[in-house]
Amino acid sequence: MKTFKAYERANGDIGIRNHLLIIPTVICSNQVCNRIVQMVPEAVAITHQHGCSQIGADKDRTFEVLAGTGKNPNVGAVIIISLGCEVVDPIALAEEIRKTGKPVEVFDIQSVGGSVKAIQYGVELAKRLKADLDRQERVDVPLSKLKVGVKCGGSDATSGLASNPALGVAADRLIDDGGTIVIGETTEIIGAEHVLAERCVTPEIKDKLYYIVDRFEKEVDRMGADMRGGNPSPGNIAGGLSTIEEKSLGCISKCGTSPIRGVIEYAEEIPETGLYFMDSPGNDIECVSGMAAGGAHIVCFTTGRGTPTGAAVIPVIKITGNGKMFAHMEDNMDVDVSQILSGTASIDASGDVIWKEIQEVAEGKLTKAEILGHQEFSINRIGPSL
Amino acid sequence: MAGDIQAGADALVVDSKDHVATALRDLNQGETAAIRRGEDLIEVKLLDAVAFGHKIAVADIPSGTEVRKYGEVIGRSTVAIEAGRHVHVHNIEGIRGRGDQAVKEAQA
Repeated sequence: MKTFKAYERANGDIGIRNHLLIIPTVICSNQVCNRIVQMVPEAVAITHQHGCSQIGADKDRTFEVLAGTGKNPNVGAVIIISLGCEVVDPIALAEEIRKTGKPVEVFDIQSVGGSVKAIQYGVELAKRLKADLDRQERVDVPLSKLKVGVKCGGSDATSGLASNPALGVAADRLIDDGGTIVIGETTEIIGAEHVLAERCVTPEIKDKLYYIVDRFEKEVDRMGADMRGGNPSPGNIAGGLSTIEEKSLGCISKCGTSPIRGVIEYAEEIPETGLYFMDSPGNDIECVSGMAAGGAHIVCFTTGRGTPTGAAVIPVIKITGNGKMFAHMEDNMDVDVSQILSGTASIDASGDVIWKEIQEVAEGKLTKAEILGHQEFSINRIGPSL
Repeated sequence: MAGDIQAGADALVVDSKDHVATALRDLNQGETAAIRRGEDLIEVKLLDAVAFGHKIAVADIPSGTEVRKYGEVIGRSTVAIEAGRHVHVHNIEGIRGRGDQAVKEAQA
């Protein structure tokens, strides 16, 4: 059995980072969270715009993303900061995250007595929890526990020819070792869904894949606009991609060649072992945040145009097939596979370079996005604000 | 789907069914590009400048044709496209995700 060094969690999960996470249940708590992070810079806050004036499935989705991010195994401890009157229930959120066995503290600004007292109280909690986390050490854990998301953003023509097929090889390597891959971006399989559908292991999973694509396309119909210009974006078009179909056909190779064992909802817990599809928008930050909330440890992110994208609780490994962009934006890029295009490297060999990078990052090597402090976080909305 | 690329070509046809090649370097109008298609290296004289990553028609494409890359349909030609022309948003359109056409159909 292949092993690597990671943090072992009370519920049997493994974490490749040991974050102290501060979660505002509502936009009103953002500033208190930000001030606490200024005082305890090792903590991570997932400030966001939501948590109130929401109902139904839209409210539930915000709750699920916050809960999932707290439950992510890269998070060692959590502080939840509520205002005290919002629709996201802070106590229910704490109880959901505590199911993992990790320490969770929760308080509200109204009860504590305003921002200054809340910041002071939060800083004291953060310092105590951080000291506990710092005493934990990595131990040998099975490599098969690793869950990796695959994503592309800021694509150009090199994505479909080089970086995505190479990432697909790395995805196959992880699955060969018993691990898990999740791919998302429902909008970016439009025109290529028939290729993925043939790989679904049951007719029900195949039907669900077609269903979620149809649901997205009907939303586009309802908007009354051509997708082109939004997706493919102006940058995709400048990079040579002419239609969503062309972009999609270049996108799908990044998940490798394994059978698709399930289609899961946005932010739903990713099952163990094999390849899964998460219904999510192509929007980079919403998609990556959904994967993190589903329990992904890492996201591998291919780009041709170049993007600084990181994520709050998981490392994002940036991979490009565009050698000119790599040289131009090297401080944002982790892996260059542009030699595929010049014919001087094979897709297999480039995939192995990515696979090695995944294993090193899993053991603690910092990604460029982590070094630069990129901690993007965004929640996908499915309803209007009230 | 995409495969390994042999060195020494200016552009690449991914699948033998494809109407287009992808430029592997910036190509000038008037030059003759060496285009890799499977084991063959074909020559196409460029009628337009084509930037790195952009597409070149490798055969004449009549208007209204379903245009292929990766062996799959990537859109439909909106005008007749001669071999050697730049193929992009000015002469092909997407078939999917066309809410604009859904509106027109609803109004018709």
